[in-house]
Amino acid sequence: MPTLIRRQDDDQFILGDDPFTAVADDEGLPPGDVIISFTRFQAEGDRLLAEGRAVGVRLEPAEEVEALAYDLPRIAVVALAFPKYRDGRAYTAARLLRQRFAYAGEVRAVGEVLREQAGFMVRCGFDAFAPADGASPQDWAHAVHRHRHVYQRAADLRTPAYVEREGG
Amino acid sequence: MYQYDAVDQEFVADRAREFREQVARRLSGELSEDQFKMLRLMNGLYLQLHAYMLRIAIPYGSLNARQMRRLAHIGRVYDRGYGHFTTRQNLQFHWIKLRDAPDILDQLAEVDMHAIQTSGNCIRNVTSDPYAGATAEELDDPRVWSEAIRQWSSLHPEFSFLPRKFKIAITAAPKDRTAAKVHDIGLMIRRGRDGQLGFEVIVGGGLGRTPYVGPTITEFLPANRLFSYLEAILRVYNRHGRRDNIYKARIKILVAALGAEEFARQVAEEWAKIGPEGDLPDTELARIRGAFATTVFDPLPAVSATFEAAKASDPTLARFARNNLRPHKKPGYTIVEVSLKTIGDTPGDATSDQMDVIADLAERYGQDDIRVTHEQNLVLPHVRLDDVPEVFAQLQAAGLASANVNLISDIIACPGLDYCALANARAIPVAQQIAQTFADPDRAEAIGELKIKISGCINACGHHHVGHIGILGVDKKGEEFYQLTLGGSGAEDASVGKMLGPALPYDKVAGAIDTLVEVYLRERREGERFLDTYRRTGVEPFKEAVYADAH
Repeated sequence: MPTLIRRQDDDQFILGDDPFTAVADDEGLPPGDVIISFTRFQAEGDRLLAEGRAVGVRLEPAEEVEALAYDLPRIAVVALAFPKYRDGRAYTAARLLRQRFAYAGEVRAVGEVLREQAGFMVRCGFDAFAPADGASPQDWAHAVHRHRHVYQRAADLRTPAYVEREGG
Repeated sequence: MYQYDAVDQEFVADRAREFREQVARRLSGELSEDQFKMLRLMNGLYLQLHAYMLRIAIPYGSLNARQMRRLAHIGRVYDRGYGHFTTRQNLQFHWIKLRDAPDILDQLAEVDMHAIQTSGNCIRNVTSDPYAGATAEELDDPRVWSEAIRQWSSLHPEFSFLPRKFKIAITAAPKDRTAAKVHDIGLMIRRGRDGQLGFEVIVGGGLGRTPYVGPTITEFLPANRLFSYLEAILRVYNRHGRRDNIYKARIKILVAALGAEEFARQVAEEWAKIGPEGDLPDTELARIRGAFATTVFDPLPAVSATFEAAKASDPTLARFARNNLRPHKKPGYTIVEVSLKTIGDTPGDATSDQMDVIADLAERYGQDDIRVTHEQNLVLPHVRLDDVPEVFAQLQAAGLASANVNLISDIIACPGLDYCALANARAIPVAQQIAQTFADPDRAEAIGELKIKISGCINACGHHHVGHIGILGVDKKGEEFYQLTLGGSGAEDASVGKMLGPALPYDKVAGAIDTLVEVYLRERREGERFLDTYRRTGVEPFKEAVYADAH
């Protein structure tokens, strides 16, 4: 079974199994849990869910997360695609999923996912990562925990500097 | 000057440590240059024609003496004994070795400085009024807001991979010294009818290939709602800005494509969803305001007998006073502009020794405060009139006393083909030739305010679109040619210059500027600057004269 880096509630990172099969639009559906495109989900989602499978949806950067809002409670994974590391639209998508739609399922980063982005991703609410650079969970944790302080409130629970200062 | 607390210090130290590891991975070969590129660009390190260039952030152009001395030291130890102040109030070192970059960042962190977000598609250093805290014109101190934005934008989790770079300028004075209308966001502090503080928000100005003066999308945004509103603008841009073409990726293209009204509507819709949760608490703004070192001004008479006597006996000081001093909000004080446009030198360059002199002057005579202007000069914002003769003498001894601020030889120029891998043509020698042409200080003063801005390529780092006279270097079959534009302005009367005619060869540029100036002197009416005359007469008399000469 392929593996993923997963963020745990204690902000530690482990290698976890990935029970989902990512299926392209032109591929046949294997049995079991699948991640499919939004287009395919619209056509086949109801049937797949009725079969008792867990279903994840992959959103490309140009696809708006609002379109998923109604279906979120039945989606196990939202996989947000980074076709290039420098395409930053998925950060917004992740934040909105967590903060605006209170999505509690897995938000997974797929595509050109590099350890240098780890800190930004975690802050925006991603909790599963398929790194493209061979990064280990240790690399991931190192990158995420590098900065002792953050200046903004985001989708994670980190205390922004302006709150930290009030405490001090 | 904002005083870092432990949080700010640890933040830049962590960042420097991160970069040290990344450089080690590059030097060991673990990272290829291609993979490393994204990392170095997030730390202001560019690979240029001859060496690495490190761009150091000078947030809103504000420095103290200790920081300036550290920059001088870095220039001496790791570069060639000088640095280059830029049009975004930053400092660039052009001869850096990769293996030294981590040490330099450590040295910067020790004096509360960094190179974070001086490159890359993120929110860059905030530009503000170099006279902040010193001019009577301002409604509030824009540095407070600039510093709050610096912190909010630092390693912003959502907005660090925007479609393109993103530049914000803030001014609180009606006279705009920040070029706010040609920034991605220009914020102009306003007072509402009820006395409440707020911002006029201008979005989508810019230079480069497609210059725009930005439209106002909100006339009055209550000041305490700034950060949720910025988040809304950035979110709309992050989602909808173009990513398929680097030349169409700036927010100005999105604003122009949607129309300012529709863009404003989308921002307002997003802003309503974010709500006040996206704002910075008033307590934090108050803390930042309080973390600026207090300046204490002595009660002084408005006129200094010492200064008046010195001026009367020294015409060079009198000239310096006419051109380089600006009114201070307190009687007996003045704002001193230090020109980095010594005739024959590179615009914006300062040697390490000169930086040390400025640091000493700031410490002894200037409340430990130094500013960088977007026109690539330095400012001592709080000098007693009594001390001006001594300050002037020391500037003179350091070769920093050119009395040409705002005059024709106060030229903005990008590094151009002498350094930059993107350039099509040289900019620095053109600036030097023009400055030489107008070396006679009496003539320069008779010409008055005239802003020449030179870019070595269409990326417009030299702001040529907003020069009263703009000069753009182009490549024609391997030869350097220069396209002249007239009538631009980056100030409160912002406009984009219009092309004069066919591009001129390298050796004809200074002569053409001379011709333009002669036309202006012939046509001008009482009190008109070059820009005013041009706006009244139109391009014709200028065009006729320049191209008549060419035949």
